[in-house]
Amino acid sequence: MSSIAQKKGFGATVWDYMTTVDHKKIAILYFISGGLFFVIGGIEAMMIRIQLMKAGNDFLSAGLYNEIITMHGTTMIFLASMPLLLAFMNAVMPLQIGARDVAFPFLNSLGFWLFFFGGIFLNLSWFLGGAPDAGWTNYASLAMASEGHGIDFYTLGLTISGFGTLIAGINFLVTIINMRAPGMTYMRMPLFTWTTFVASALILLAFPPLTIGLFFMVFDRLFGANFFDVAMGGNTIIWEHLFWIFGHPEVYILILPAFGIFSEIFAIFSRKRLFGYTALVFATILIGFYGFMVWAHHMFTVGLGPTANAVFALATMIIAVPTGVKIFNWLLTIWGGSISFTTPMLYAIAFIPSFVAGGVTGVMQAMAPLDYQLHDSYFIVAHFHYVIVGGVVLAILAGTHLYWPKMFGTMLNEKLGKVTFWFFLIGFHLTFFIQHFLGLMGMPRRVYTFGTDQGWDAYNLISSVGALFMAIGVIVLVINVILTTIKNERVGNDPWGDGRTLEWAIPSPPPFYNFAQTPLVRGLDSYWIEKMEGNKEGMVYAEPLGDIHMPNGSFIPVVISFGMFVASFGALYHMDGDKAWALPVLIIGLAITFGSMLVRSLKDDLGFHITKEELLRDAKGGNKDGSK
Amino acid sequence: MAHDVHTPTRSHTEYEYLRRQRSKEMRSQLTSFAIMIFLTLIAFTTVSAGFSPYLIVPIILLLAAIQVVLQLYHFMHLSNKGHGTVAFFMFSGMFVAFITVLTFVTIVWW
Repeated sequence: MSSIAQKKGFGATVWDYMTTVDHKKIAILYFISGGLFFVIGGIEAMMIRIQLMKAGNDFLSAGLYNEIITMHGTTMIFLASMPLLLAFMNAVMPLQIGARDVAFPFLNSLGFWLFFFGGIFLNLSWFLGGAPDAGWTNYASLAMASEGHGIDFYTLGLTISGFGTLIAGINFLVTIINMRAPGMTYMRMPLFTWTTFVASALILLAFPPLTIGLFFMVFDRLFGANFFDVAMGGNTIIWEHLFWIFGHPEVYILILPAFGIFSEIFAIFSRKRLFGYTALVFATILIGFYGFMVWAHHMFTVGLGPTANAVFALATMIIAVPTGVKIFNWLLTIWGGSISFTTPMLYAIAFIPSFVAGGVTGVMQAMAPLDYQLHDSYFIVAHFHYVIVGGVVLAILAGTHLYWPKMFGTMLNEKLGKVTFWFFLIGFHLTFFIQHFLGLMGMPRRVYTFGTDQGWDAYNLISSVGALFMAIGVIVLVINVILTTIKNERVGNDPWGDGRTLEWAIPSPPPFYNFAQTPLVRGLDSYWIEKMEGNKEGMVYAEPLGDIHMPNGSFIPVVISFGMFVASFGALYHMDGDKAWALPVLIIGLAITFGSMLVRSLKDDLGFHITKEELLRDAKGGNKDGSK
Repeated sequence: MAHDVHTPTRSHTEYEYLRRQRSKEMRSQLTSFAIMIFLTLIAFTTVSAGFSPYLIVPIILLLAAIQVVLQLYHFMHLSNKGHGTVAFFMFSGMFVAFITVLTFVTIVWW
C-alpha cells in the first residue's frame, strides 16, 4: 500500500471522499454539505424577508410561509451551523492535540453520512408533498394536527442526523481524553479543543432527550401511540420539555465552539497569550453545566407556576456570569496586544458587541414577568438571531477565513474577505436590530403578513434590505472561494505568521498521516514556544520516526446510512395504509443497515502501515499538499 | 513500535507493596459489604415497623443512593486511579437525568 501521491480523475476523487475515514477529508465533507445547507437556509431566509418586505404581500401563501420558516430554522441549526462547526472540529482539533486522527475514524465517517442522509431526507419533503410546518421547535400540539407528511420528514430526518451528531460528539470526547500528544495536559489544550470537548459532552447529554422526543412523535404520528394526545391521557407539554432539555444545551453546543474559534483568533492576531486562560476554561465548563438547568425559560408562558419560573429565571441569569468572564478575558487579550486587523480578527472584534447585545436581551427575557410581554414577538426573533448570527455565524465566517489555508492549502483573498465582512456585519445589524423594536411594537413572530395600518412597514422594509446586504456578503464569499481555488497559490505551515498552536506546525493541508512523529508539548501555545526559542525544525518530537499504522477507508458508513434513509421512507408511507410497498421498503432499509453492520463486525479490517522509508521519501520529496 | 511482548518482573518491594494494596482493597470491600447489609437491614426494618410511607420512601431512596455510590467506588473500582474522567462524566449524566426527572415529577405531572 503506497502512500505516495498520484493524480486522480474526478470519479476516483469522489470515490475517495465517499470511502474516506481521514478526519481532514471528513472535515471537508462536513464543510461542503454544511455550506450547501447554509445556502439553502439562506435562500429560505431571503424568501421570508421578501414576503415581509411590505404590508399585505402575497409573495408566499400562509401555508408555504409556515413551511419556509420551519425549514429555515431547522436547516440553519441542524444542517448548517452544527456541521460547519463539526467541520472545523474535525479539521483542527486532532491537529491541535497532536493526534494521528480521531479515536474512531470509521465512526467519524459514519457520523457524517448519517447527518448527510438525514439532511437530504428532511429536504426531500419539499418535493414529496410539503415540508414540515410547525416551526423548528415542532411543538406537539401543533405538530400532531399537521396534515401531510411534513412533520414525519422532520422527525425521521432529525432522528437520523441526530444519530450522526451523537456519534461525532462521542468520538471527539474519546479523542480528547485519550489521544493527546505527550505533554499536552488538559490545562495546555488550546481553547478550541476545550470548547470542542465541552460541546461534545453537551452533545452526549443533550441529544438523547431529543431522540426520545422524536421517537415519541414518530410513534404518535406513524404508529398510533398517544404520548402527546391529551384526549387519550397523554401530555403535550412533555414534548416542549424534552425539546428544550435538548434545545437549550444545543445553543451552547453551537456557541461554545464559536467561542473557541474566537479565542484562537484573539490570541493569534493580538500576538499575545490568551488573558485568563484558566478562567476561560472554567467559564466554558460552567456554561456547559448551567446550560442544562435553564431550559424552562423557553416555557415561562406555559404556566409552570411561579416557583418553577422563578427558579429557572434565576438559573438563566447566572449563566450571564461565566459568559461575562469570557468577554472580559477576550477584551484583556486584545488590550496591549500588537493587533493585526485581518479578516478573522475583524469578525472577532465585531463579535464582541454583537454577541453582548444578544446576551443582554437574553437576560431581559430571563425575567419571567417581562418575558410574558416579549414571548412570541419579534423581540425574541431579534434576540436569538443576535446570539446565533452575531455569535455562531460570525465565528463560522471567521473560522472559514482562518482555517481555509489549513483545510485547503490556499489563502482566501483578504480584500474580498473584508468586503464580505462589512456587507455581512452591516446587513446583520440592519436586519435584526430593528426587529427588537418591531417586537416591542407588538409584531408577533411567525406571522406571514401584516396590515398597512399597523405601522410596521418601514421597519420591515429596512430589515429586508439588511437581509439583502447579508446575501451580498455571502455571494462575495462564494466568489472569493472560487477565485482562490482557481488561483491555487499554495501556502506554508503557518500562513498567518503568528500561529500559536500545534495545527500551524504542520504543512497546509497536512499529510494524511498528520505529524510524522508525535510532537512533544512543552506548554500552552506549544508552537509559539518553539518559535520563540528559535527552534528551526518547528517542533520537538516525542518519538523517533517509525512505521505508522493507518486505518483503511471504507464504503460501509455510506451503506449503513443509506439503509436508514430507505427505511425512513418505508416508515413514513406506512401510515397511509394504502401503500403496500411501504412495509417491505422499511424492512429492506433496516436489512441494509443491519446487514452492513454485520459485515463490518465480522470482517477483520486491520488497516495498513506506512513504512519509515515512505515517510522519509515523503518529507524529502516535499509532498506537502497532503492529498494522498 | 511498542508491539513487543513485555514480561513484568517484580522486585520484592514491589511485591510487598502490591500485597499491602490488595489487602487494603479487600478490607474496604468487606467494610462496604457490611455497611450495605446494614443499610438493607435498616430498609427492611423501616418497612416492617410500619412507619408512614412519607417517611419510608425517602429513607429507602436515600439508602439506595448510598448503596449505589458504595457499589461504584468499592466494587466497581471507581476509586482506583485513572477513573476521574469516567466518574466526572457519569455524575454529570446522573445530574442531568436527575434534574430532568425532578422537573417532570414536580411541575409536569403534579
